[in-house]
Amino acid sequence: MPTPPLIAFAHVGKSFDGGRVRAVDDVSLEVAEGEFLAVVGGSGSGKTTLLRLANRLIEADSGSIRIEGEDVRAADPVALRRRIGYVFQSGGLFPHFSVADNIGITPKLLGWPAAEISARVDELLDLVRLDRNLYRDRFPHELSGGQRQRVGVARALAARPRIVLMDEPFGALDPLTRDALGDDFRALHEKLGLTTVMITHDMTEAILLADRVAVMRAGRLLAEGTPIDLANSGDPYVGELLRTPRRQAERLQVLLPRDGAA
Amino acid sequence: MSLFADPRWSEAFAHLPDYLGNHVRVSVAALALGLLVSLPLAILSRNHPLMRGVLLGLASIVQTVPGLALLALFYPLLLALAALSLAWFGFEFSAFGFLPAVLALALYSMLPVLRNTITGLRGVDPAILEAAQGVGMTQRQSLFMVELPLALPVMMAGIRTAAVWVIGTATLSTPIGQTSLGNYIFAGLQTQNWVFVLFGCISAAVLALAVDQLLALIETGIRNRSRLRTALGGVGIGALVAATLVPSMARSPTSYIVGAKTFAEQYVLSALIAQRLRAAGLSATSREGLGSNVIFDALASGDIDIYVDYSGTLWANQFHHSDIKPREQLLGELKAILVQQNITLLGELGFENAYALVMPRKRAEQLGIHSIADLASHAPVMSMAADYEFFSRPEWAGLQKAYGLTFRAQRQMQPDFMYAAVAAGEVDVIAGYTSDGLIAKYDLVVLDDPKHAIPPYDAIVLIAPKRAGDQALRAALQPLLGKIDIGTMREANLRAAGGDGGSSSDAVARWLWEKIGKSQGHGISN
Repeated sequence: MPTPPLIAFAHVGKSFDGGRVRAVDDVSLEVAEGEFLAVVGGSGSGKTTLLRLANRLIEADSGSIRIEGEDVRAADPVALRRRIGYVFQSGGLFPHFSVADNIGITPKLLGWPAAEISARVDELLDLVRLDRNLYRDRFPHELSGGQRQRVGVARALAARPRIVLMDEPFGALDPLTRDALGDDFRALHEKLGLTTVMITHDMTEAILLADRVAVMRAGRLLAEGTPIDLANSGDPYVGELLRTPRRQAERLQVLLPRDGAA
Repeated sequence: MSLFADPRWSEAFAHLPDYLGNHVRVSVAALALGLLVSLPLAILSRNHPLMRGVLLGLASIVQTVPGLALLALFYPLLLALAALSLAWFGFEFSAFGFLPAVLALALYSMLPVLRNTITGLRGVDPAILEAAQGVGMTQRQSLFMVELPLALPVMMAGIRTAAVWVIGTATLSTPIGQTSLGNYIFAGLQTQNWVFVLFGCISAAVLALAVDQLLALIETGIRNRSRLRTALGGVGIGALVAATLVPSMARSPTSYIVGAKTFAEQYVLSALIAQRLRAAGLSATSREGLGSNVIFDALASGDIDIYVDYSGTLWANQFHHSDIKPREQLLGELKAILVQQNITLLGELGFENAYALVMPRKRAEQLGIHSIADLASHAPVMSMAADYEFFSRPEWAGLQKAYGLTFRAQRQMQPDFMYAAVAAGEVDVIAGYTSDGLIAKYDLVVLDDPKHAIPPYDAIVLIAPKRAGDQALRAALQPLLGKIDIGTMREANLRAAGGDGGSSSDAVARWLWEKIGKSQGHGISN
């Protein structure tokens, strides 16, 4: 018998502007424990809305969402958010908080003792590979984009959540930083046994990092599955999305032959 | 060097602890009250466009009311409230001085605080707000941990603007009985004591700048998380308040308060009364620069103990009689009305300060004008100037009716400037005051009023109900009654307008007493 899904969307709908914009339209999707799911789509596809519905940053109009088996409508939204890690686009760090205060915010809200928070902050700085002595007391404006996003990841992990939601976490970074950060996070996902949902517009990133990819367009879920499942889906939009990474891979194969450089 | 050798500077300095202390207290109280009301309102309304619009609209309307008028409006309003409170709850409060000033100034401080707090809160990046929610903050935690700290620089800018406005506008609270640095300015303008005017302006400006800079220190302290700066700013403000509170604590609360309206003669007479009370071993303080609409009510409700008014003014303005009666009859009736209010009319000082039509002596002789009746035929080609209230007073209506006066032009002027204006020929006639020393100085002539269209204006001493049976007070003032004739008062007023070291109201009052004392000396020896 398979393990029950940790996150389950069932026929979820959400519209804005009094029903004129259907941002999420009858989406059903499950994420198993330990799984890394990427949701791919263009702007206006409803992918970010779907993520926000999960921790009740916005409320669904219809359908149900269950987190760890519990319907989110029955949960206290504040308590719910404190047990789900959330990584915001370009960090979302509090500019008037130091790195340590940013990372320690959710434990502080949960009432952890100060000494325990401080120890946890050091542990997390090590985990996201930032020198604790150098960065602990810095402010967000003193960090590079990649460093800010590492702090954002550390903050999401601070209260030891089982689930991490990420909203285009690496979108604004330069390719090198983005690659390194993606790999580092995938390693953390494994190491900590997380269940991760990542929103991205970049199919290449999705394929490289995630176990499973879901494709959204105009609020609807078009396809989901492993990269191979997607390749076999037959949906023209999904095919189009897959063409870019495939073509890039082929050209790179030609331009950068594996044994040519050495 | 010689500028600062002027004794008026040291006189001004002597008043500083009292004036500055009161100014700081009323400003701090007003600002604190303003913040207490504005900050919660701004926070509540930040996500409610309708409430925001209404609040900012109301605050803007308040801002368009001139400060002087706003302050003056609060006095009658509170007076009515105080009467209601006494009738309904048996609890009375003073509608005079501190309370109306604090309320009006607090209202004045609201716009910048409201606007900047709302702007500051709404200026917080929505992504940061979402992050605050996302990490698990409640709305309250988001407000106090994220929104308010991030809005603080903009909010502080508003608070600093409000502080500067309140400190500046507080100078206008003098006419409603709140002592402030405005006392220098009002007294200085009336007695042409430019040293006082300058001193008042400079001290108010220095105070405003100092408070602004201390608030700036607190602001940068909070922003840069520098406890030292925040503490220094806080200690600075605290020290300022403490320093200004100490001297006023020491003042004896039982002293007699002598009121004065906003012109030189009143300053001199209140100084004279205060001097006589002190000479009799009583303690006395002056409350100067009170608006003529405020001073009578202040006496009736016991906020001041004593002041000098004029029979015709009370008759027409306070009790709204439009008929004009002969001198003795009017005084008798006035006394009867005042007794009903438990106010004692102690007696007349001996001179009248009536309105009179005044023109240069030479010009009057050339044209053969001796009385207002002679003037009437020349009036249509002449221009006339008067103070701000004359043309709307019953005397003017009476004059027009009695003599059929119509002038080519009518102008309103600051009383101090109108004598010079008529002497220089800028206007042909002015409505002057009979006791004004400038009549002699500029060689002007007072035109006769054969039809008695202008009521009598005997200077009379009024005593508050609570001092009605005070024999010590009566005894101390008895020597003044009937002893100041029009010539003496004119000379005293001329001295007060002298603009030199001997022109302070205290100095002129001493001179006046000496003069009265001499005449009394003669009286006894004869």
